[in-house]
Amino acid sequence: MYDERHPGLRRRGFLAATSLGALALTTGCGTADGDSDAKSDGAPKPGGRLRAAFAGGGASETLDPHLANLFADVARAKALYDKLADYGADLSAQPRLATQWEPNKTLDRWQVTLREATFHDGKPVTAEDVLYSYRRIADPDQAFRAKASLEPIDLDASRATGQRSIEFVLKRPTAEFPNVLAAFGAYIVPAEATDFDKKPIGSGPFRFVSFAPGRSAVFRRHDAYWEGAPHLAELEFVVANEESARVNALLGGQVEYAHELNPTTARAHEGKGQIEIVRLRNSAMQAFCMKTDRPPFDDPRVRQAFFLIADRRELVDGALSGAGVVGNDLFGKGYEYYDDSLPQREQDLDKARALLRQAGAENLKVTLDTSAVAAGFTEAASIFRDQAAKAGVTIDVKTGSKDSYWADILDNGTLCCYRSGAMPIEAHISQRLLTGSTTNATKWRHKDFDALYEQAQSTRDESARAAVYDRMQRRLYTEGGFLIWGFADWILGTARTVRGVEAKAPANTLDWARFDKVWLA
Amino acid sequence: MSGLRSFVARRLLLGAAQTVAVVLLVFALTEALPGDAAVALAGDQPDPARIAAIRATMHLDEPAHDRLADWAAGLLHGDLGTSLVSGRPVGQYIADGFGPTLLLAALTLALLVPLGFGLGVFAARHEGRPADRLISSVTLAVYAVPEFALGVLLVTVLALQLAWLPPTAVGYGTDLLGHPAALVLPVLVLLARPVCSLSRLVRAGMIDALASPYVAQARRYGIPALRVHYTHALPGALAPAVQQLARTVDWLLCGVIVVEALFVIPGLGTVLLDAVAERDVPVVQGLAVVFGVLTVVINLGADLVAHRLAPRAGVAA
Repeated sequence: MYDERHPGLRRRGFLAATSLGALALTTGCGTADGDSDAKSDGAPKPGGRLRAAFAGGGASETLDPHLANLFADVARAKALYDKLADYGADLSAQPRLATQWEPNKTLDRWQVTLREATFHDGKPVTAEDVLYSYRRIADPDQAFRAKASLEPIDLDASRATGQRSIEFVLKRPTAEFPNVLAAFGAYIVPAEATDFDKKPIGSGPFRFVSFAPGRSAVFRRHDAYWEGAPHLAELEFVVANEESARVNALLGGQVEYAHELNPTTARAHEGKGQIEIVRLRNSAMQAFCMKTDRPPFDDPRVRQAFFLIADRRELVDGALSGAGVVGNDLFGKGYEYYDDSLPQREQDLDKARALLRQAGAENLKVTLDTSAVAAGFTEAASIFRDQAAKAGVTIDVKTGSKDSYWADILDNGTLCCYRSGAMPIEAHISQRLLTGSTTNATKWRHKDFDALYEQAQSTRDESARAAVYDRMQRRLYTEGGFLIWGFADWILGTARTVRGVEAKAPANTLDWARFDKVWLA
Repeated sequence: MSGLRSFVARRLLLGAAQTVAVVLLVFALTEALPGDAAVALAGDQPDPARIAAIRATMHLDEPAHDRLADWAAGLLHGDLGTSLVSGRPVGQYIADGFGPTLLLAALTLALLVPLGFGLGVFAARHEGRPADRLISSVTLAVYAVPEFALGVLLVTVLALQLAWLPPTAVGYGTDLLGHPAALVLPVLVLLARPVCSLSRLVRAGMIDALASPYVAQARRYGIPALRVHYTHALPGALAPAVQQLARTVDWLLCGVIVVEALFVIPGLGTVLLDAVAERDVPVVQGLAVVFGVLTVVINLGADLVAHRLAPRAGVAA
């Protein structure tokens, strides 16, 4: 009966939206219509406590930033800690604790310079703290989330070259090394820090006050923050796993910020003046994933036929309640290096049927794995089943366990529902589309594609690199295994007094859930 | 009295055996679930190497019987083990979740007993008259509404439209007594169905008792009606109601999941749901032990009370 809370709880991935098409947040003081944007609300007002409701992880929550897995974890980690870099609205790396990074000619040694910043106890952030943090994440006996992202760094060879400068030695040329510095969970903690739940010390905009796992975390303004002290005096994170509870708490004035709302909730309250709805466009990639190494999808014509079967608008309207935009079988709409020159794919059942005939796959029967693990998954599956039936393909929808879904579909089955949060296109490729990728759900393994990726990583010139990414994306567009039919909005609600919430910031990028820039009017 | 004592001893022994059986069953069932804590934690990053590493840090790679033996050995020292996910002691999880749940249960019970018995007796005394009919149909109607629907309805009307009460207890944590207004709606929702079942049971028992030969006899002796009602008829009508009450207490204590989720009250039900979702076996086992013991003790208490009220009915062990 309580299914709804699990998708939230289980959402152990990160979602984000892009700057493209994002709406300006309507925060007009006197006028309720959306003609003002966040910047035109006058001078920020200091003080006050903002309470933010997130779905959380219950009594097992921790403030260890390297264990951050849920949205609530990341929002808390972001308030207390900093990373060397973070993602901008287009998922490109932006300097944070690192002021600059400079590679050598071969792109396998990077000089990183830190800014002058202090931890909450007044000690400066040094190169040693950075190395300690990265070595902790990379500890072979642990399973911190950012471990895989830091893999390109040879931490034994890397060293501090000064109090605020580090030389990172890489195992291979990595043009996109700044993405590593911005990786999810790669937070900088003070050297030798081990206990994060009693009195965590970071260099972030807020300092620790109190924490009760699964209930509440209270933080206070860090006046000496290097980017300027936050406007808010205090910030409290509260945990409400039930979406209706988050909405009710917001409507009832118990919280001022509610994360992760349903499209139906958003429609019910949008423009009514009671609360503000913020839609982060192009957030979560929504896809069907075809295993390209086994029948029937080992034949590229079958994959092309499936690309043409999908009526993307109908999927977005039905499975996402219209809260999203259609996809074009490529990851990362609006992100850096996204190839938007390719024509938008449309449903073409005749051509799909012809392709299936050529492939000798008439009267095809396929099992589509789905699960209630993410919003819209089961709906998308049944809509696609009906669309496929029109092209003579019989789809048998199989609903699996939501707690082990992602592990189940990694190697098993042939066709499944899939989704992903925002990450740089480079990260999507390296994690999912190379022969050695650890989560290669489409089983896309092509030596020449791997070679293109390596080429991109050893290309210094940015436009030359973009050209290589374009080649990879065109290949995926014609015959890849991801049928990416849409990008879902990420929906937040705020009280009418809340100002400065960035509407262009995808979840997990720098400006998402960034409370040091928010104030209460 | 020695008969009673041996009855209690037998019941406690049986209860202990039942609790052990429940724990073993819980362990077996969690083992049988697809995926383990490592898979659940890895989520949408199911990198096999990462899952293996998580498994190793959690000692999930050890055989099931070793883990069960470790846990059972700890239990003998009063140690409920540590959470797989956070590494915190299970005892602390339960202690933290117990407060809110106990508070809700106690408040509900404090209102349930007078209300349920009062309504039942009142309806029985007016059997067949409009008051009885009204109580019967209202209790039947309310009983038919699921907690979740009732909760949503009450929140929408009383909290959001009329703004009389806070819609949730979010942010109050375990300090619910400091915010009594936040308790009103959860207690109302918890109260709604048990009041109905209890008052209907009391009404039926009372009507039966009033029609019984011993009440007729008492009336023939000219004992005043009120005394007949309350000292002769009522105790006989109470026995089944007390057992129903015990079941309600079980239900209240073992975490009323719907109410806790809807009103964001961090009680035992929330702890249980989170632990199951995360395959946090030690926490689930710890809760199973606690729930098992509670159920045994409360039902034993109820049987003793029923025995006292209606000795002739006998008590089944």
